[in-house]
Amino acid sequence: MSVPTPATGGSSPTGVPPAAGSANRLDPYVDRYAARTRGMTASEIRALFAVASRPEVVSLAGGMPYLAALPMNAIADMIGELTARTGVTALQYGSGQGNPVLREAICQVMALEGIQAGPDDVVVTVGSQQALDLVTRIFCDPGDVVLAEAPSYVGALGTFASYQVDVVHVPLDDDGLVPGALQEAIDRLAREGRRAKFLYTVPNYHNPAGVSLALERRREISRICQAANLLILEDNPYGLLGFDGDPLPALRAEQEDGIIYLGSFSKTFASGLRVGWALAPRGVKEKLVLAAEASVLCPPSYTQAIVAEYLATQPWQQQIKVYREIYRERRDAMLSSLEQLLPATCTWTKPTGGFYVWATLPEGVDAKAMLPRAVQARVAYVPGIAFYADGGGAGHMRLSYCYPDPDRIHEGVRRLAGVLEEEMELLETFGVQPPPAGLMPGPAQPTSASAPGPDLS
Amino acid sequence: MSDLDRVLVLAGGLSYEREVSLHSGRRVVDALRTIGVEAELADVDPGLLPALTADPPSAIFIALHGATGEDGAIRDVLDLMGLPYVGSDAAACRLAFDKPSAKAAVRAAGLLTPGSVALPHATFRELGASVVLDRIVERLGLPLMVKPARGGSALGAGVVRTREELPSAMVGCFSYGEVALVEAFVTGVEVAVSVIDTGSGPVALPATEITPLEGAFDYAARYTAGMTEYHCPARLTPEEASAAADAALTAHRALGLRDLSRTDLIVADGVAHFLEVNVSPGMTETSLLPLSADAADIDLGTLCRDLLQQAAGRA
Repeated sequence: MSVPTPATGGSSPTGVPPAAGSANRLDPYVDRYAARTRGMTASEIRALFAVASRPEVVSLAGGMPYLAALPMNAIADMIGELTARTGVTALQYGSGQGNPVLREAICQVMALEGIQAGPDDVVVTVGSQQALDLVTRIFCDPGDVVLAEAPSYVGALGTFASYQVDVVHVPLDDDGLVPGALQEAIDRLAREGRRAKFLYTVPNYHNPAGVSLALERRREISRICQAANLLILEDNPYGLLGFDGDPLPALRAEQEDGIIYLGSFSKTFASGLRVGWALAPRGVKEKLVLAAEASVLCPPSYTQAIVAEYLATQPWQQQIKVYREIYRERRDAMLSSLEQLLPATCTWTKPTGGFYVWATLPEGVDAKAMLPRAVQARVAYVPGIAFYADGGGAGHMRLSYCYPDPDRIHEGVRRLAGVLEEEMELLETFGVQPPPAGLMPGPAQPTSASAPGPDLS
Repeated sequence: MSDLDRVLVLAGGLSYEREVSLHSGRRVVDALRTIGVEAELADVDPGLLPALTADPPSAIFIALHGATGEDGAIRDVLDLMGLPYVGSDAAACRLAFDKPSAKAAVRAAGLLTPGSVALPHATFRELGASVVLDRIVERLGLPLMVKPARGGSALGAGVVRTREELPSAMVGCFSYGEVALVEAFVTGVEVAVSVIDTGSGPVALPATEITPLEGAFDYAARYTAGMTEYHCPARLTPEEASAAADAALTAHRALGLRDLSRTDLIVADGVAHFLEVNVSPGMTETSLLPLSADAADIDLGTLCRDLLQQAAGRA
């Protein structure tokens, strides 16, 4: 069979085209989607990250932990033995709250950060991302307000957007969330007759800002929140990945009530297992379990069993030290490369743990507009706007050092420096100044569309 | 026509349109497999040429968009290797992919195309941007369309309605390419006319009319189903439809294109204005050539197979 001759077009014998086609929007379900899908669109930035996944590109954009540092043979043996021994339960449905043995072990992990808690207050989730989802689900109606740092973790902003939550940003500086600014935001909302449902914060080794909340500020933040009767959602996936000395204490270590703590094994063990948790006050915990059951019935039994077994039988604290040393070396490579190669008009944070550096670009440079040029030069980063719900962040970028090795990091920064130089020359030519933050309209794209997917290295 | 043993669909690459290309490639592979053609997807990377040498396919379908795929480069390489592929040869691609050159060529063939100027970043640096931009606005008026001289998917493209918006649009454009095409904005019905040639000469498929529901036909509007309304055939008078089809066929011939192309036009006051032509038209679920083929009752897999057989016959 071959293609029939089409019935229309300039070459058709009659020259008369058929009647116009009816309107086609290509997706027959388009009028039926919920309002919350409005921001779920294709994105130019996402398209650029597709190029960043090629090996030619030095990706300083992703957040993938460096899992090659795991002792794979030992883990393979452990999982094989675990399956043979306990497969009948490990492959079966489990409790909605999560594996009790794992919850016991999670309490021991949290004790390293000074948290005293019992396993009954822990809910195991599909990564801490699901805990974020469940907490937002049980607290937030559309239009409710959540306070979050500026910048804030893009995955949390994506969750808040999907529940149509209004995010009000609170500035942070090199010492983390600014207490005075938090108080101001609370007061401002009160004057507007609004009240935030909770404060979302990443106190340790912030994603994306790379800063940690100073010890002297922790009590003050807690005090402000308690006085305002404001719930704290403390997200702490990087807490055990500090490069200097003992782990920073969690906010939850000092305060039992009014705080929900989120933890994760994604960075300390393996991200693909998708095991995280929430530690919540009793009433909240009950709601979280019911919400989790309505969502996924129970977290995956098998990966929970793997984590529990790993914590019981493998030198997991030693492994965290291995990770820390790797990330410290990469952080050093990132900072020294930035110092050596970037123009003096750039500034950046100096993380003492975690995965990320937050860079502030010379005045007028828009990191999103510059990204195509960077990808062409074979280097990628995440533009700052991904981490703001209000369109801010244009003059910033997040640089990750968790995945590429030190030489690649240096090469990536070298390429970035060249891109920046070209961009500054272009801006000088055209004399373009973007409007100052705060005066910009909201982002045309949801923030999550400006960040790479989880599978970018 | 030649028998097809195994065909390769090239998609991905390192262009900005990698993601779109991967979607196009997967759709072509699916369409071919549905009608029983053995098709595989291959990226353009250092593994490609050794694989092509070790196990040459019967023919290659190029679903690469943007540089390499559309600028003639990959076609030159395939010619060097003596491997048959669907679509235009390298020389025609070089002409068609460069929008200013393509506009000049179709104008010489009698088509209308909006007044424009194409300038590299260096020119603005040397002469001072402000005076050059002033002259552009004086000459071409407002609104203007600013887009990279090479490349697709509306990446780096923007409509400029005031003189003040022009510098940032230029910066956005130069992020995607070294040369910017600034073009008078023609208001009218935006249509795309795909041309196919399966052996009996180029034939225009029904025009597809594009109506973004909000704002411009930008990247999100192109690749998010539901954000744009399409009419195929377009809501044109018979005379307009005929003019659009003729313009696409004229462009296809004037640029020396082969097998398939898609010409983007604005139809205004009964006249078709040429904007640009694509030598490797998008094949995604929201792309225009498949929509037009569908409106003409042409199965996409059958079309791709016929074009592949034709290409194999050229070997």
